[in-house]
Amino acid sequence: MSDLTKLTIAAARDALRKGEVTSAELTSACLTAIDAADTLNAFVHKTPEVAESQAKSADQRIQAGEAPDLCGIPLGIKDLFCTKGVASQAASRILEGFKPEYESTVTTQLFDAGAVMLGKLNMDEFAMGSSNETSVYGDAVNPWKVDDRQLTPGGSSGGSAAAVAADLCLGATGTDTGGSIRQPAAFTGITGIKPTYGRVSRWGVVAFASSLDQAGPMTKDVRDSAIMLQAMSGFDAKDSTSANIPVPDFEAALTGDIRGKVIGIPKEYRMDGVPAEIEKLWQDGTAMLRDAGAEVRDITLPHTKYALPAYYVIAPAEASSNLARYDGVRFGHRAKLDAGDGITEMYEKTRAEGFGPEVQRRVMVGTYVLSAGFYDAYYNRARRVRALIKRDFDQVFADGVDAILTPATPSAAFGLGEMKNADPIQMYLNDVFTVTVNLAGLPGISVPAGLDAEGLPLGLQLIGRPWEEGDLLNVAYALERSAGFNAKPAKWW
Amino acid sequence: MSIDTDTARRVAKLARIKVEDDALPALAQEFSAILGFIEQLNEVDVDGVEPMTSVTPQRLYRRDDVVTDGDQQDKVLANAPDAREGFFAVPKVVE
Repeated sequence: MSDLTKLTIAAARDALRKGEVTSAELTSACLTAIDAADTLNAFVHKTPEVAESQAKSADQRIQAGEAPDLCGIPLGIKDLFCTKGVASQAASRILEGFKPEYESTVTTQLFDAGAVMLGKLNMDEFAMGSSNETSVYGDAVNPWKVDDRQLTPGGSSGGSAAAVAADLCLGATGTDTGGSIRQPAAFTGITGIKPTYGRVSRWGVVAFASSLDQAGPMTKDVRDSAIMLQAMSGFDAKDSTSANIPVPDFEAALTGDIRGKVIGIPKEYRMDGVPAEIEKLWQDGTAMLRDAGAEVRDITLPHTKYALPAYYVIAPAEASSNLARYDGVRFGHRAKLDAGDGITEMYEKTRAEGFGPEVQRRVMVGTYVLSAGFYDAYYNRARRVRALIKRDFDQVFADGVDAILTPATPSAAFGLGEMKNADPIQMYLNDVFTVTVNLAGLPGISVPAGLDAEGLPLGLQLIGRPWEEGDLLNVAYALERSAGFNAKPAKWW
Repeated sequence: MSIDTDTARRVAKLARIKVEDDALPALAQEFSAILGFIEQLNEVDVDGVEPMTSVTPQRLYRRDDVVTDGDQQDKVLANAPDAREGFFAVPKVVE
């Protein structure tokens, strides 16, 4: 078989089971592709020994006829996941040299299912960013290119998106706190789903904002997202917010039949400054779902405008608390101290050296909004607004809406460095369509739906009811079939 | 709301991040811009709305109160920048 790295997970699974290919061959093809793609800076810690050994075991399981869906499938793992004995540093200098003594629940489940880890993937530092430009490893680069410029793959899961789009792996893990799976998926022409809050265990995933963080798959198509999400999901006693409810068969939900489903189109997502072609894509997507038999309904989510400001209180507040653990005592970087320095100087110097500017900014904003005198005015007010944002969605779903269609991002991928002198809020606007979903704890999926005039991919987002990822994936599957997006970046790296 | 350099210094101190004096004005300006953005939240009528504590309706479950872990001193200390005699080592705290 040729072009093994271009296979979907589903196609590779079927080929493995038929004996047409081995995991060792698939893995070797991916490792070769990875070594030839250093320019993309997607894989930042390569683990060929782990991969080859896992592939060998997977081939034995397949031969024994005991092969789960992901058995033998080579994947990339975002650097935010703790992987035993393998560098896991959340793309931060402060975790330099950190090699966990334990394995995250998600990677444990993937490995138990026979998946192969090719290495760790680039990302924004502590998942704080929308362009993969805050990483200690340097920028990840989008395999899509239309002129001399190098483009961002988006963020924070930029390395995951670049690796999947460039066919360096068959799928990758991502995490999403405000759009970090869906925005990079849209920027690179791939599919990514953030499941319902509590569907996937957060244990062993470096925490950014614990009430918003969820891990999910980033894949070449909707079916692969269903397969991979299945393996990542489920109750975990080690995460107290993990939901103790059964995980349905997501792949079996993909019938493509969405007749009678009600699709909501929220008027508040029509925003100034969004390019006409994104508006057009949204209308085209709406028409595709209508043609597939869905009922399209205009809806209102009145508090949408306040989602970003609420997010930029809640996420930094939780980050300032979560990142307090990086103190130079238990793991990672410790600053070199001068004579006479005490423990406070050690904390302050370690954190100044270890955290990049965006992380420092968010930790300090979080510290401010939680400080005495401001807690009510900022943090509690943001949590009240968050309750209203969730109530908007509850109302719409109670009225019979099954899924909501919106654009995924307010633009196509932009050039690396282009936002360098913009104020931080300009960068935050990247998440304007995705952040509501995290605040409301809902599942959301980004599906590639077309190219812009320059030839760059654009995505549409579907938002589903809580715990109805199967239904959501099925609507996404219908949209994918209608949109027929099959463009790939031309190889230049 | 505008943040002055003294407030920026105080916040940096609370966050235990060393910021040099000459970097404080720029930092104060960034905080002011971000807080200005956040202040849109004041437009929202939140009377009678409880602050959200959990995005899903489930209650935190209780586990059995039993020892499930422990006796892993080597692993706990394995990543420490400075560990000695079975302890994390830090600069002298008490004279």
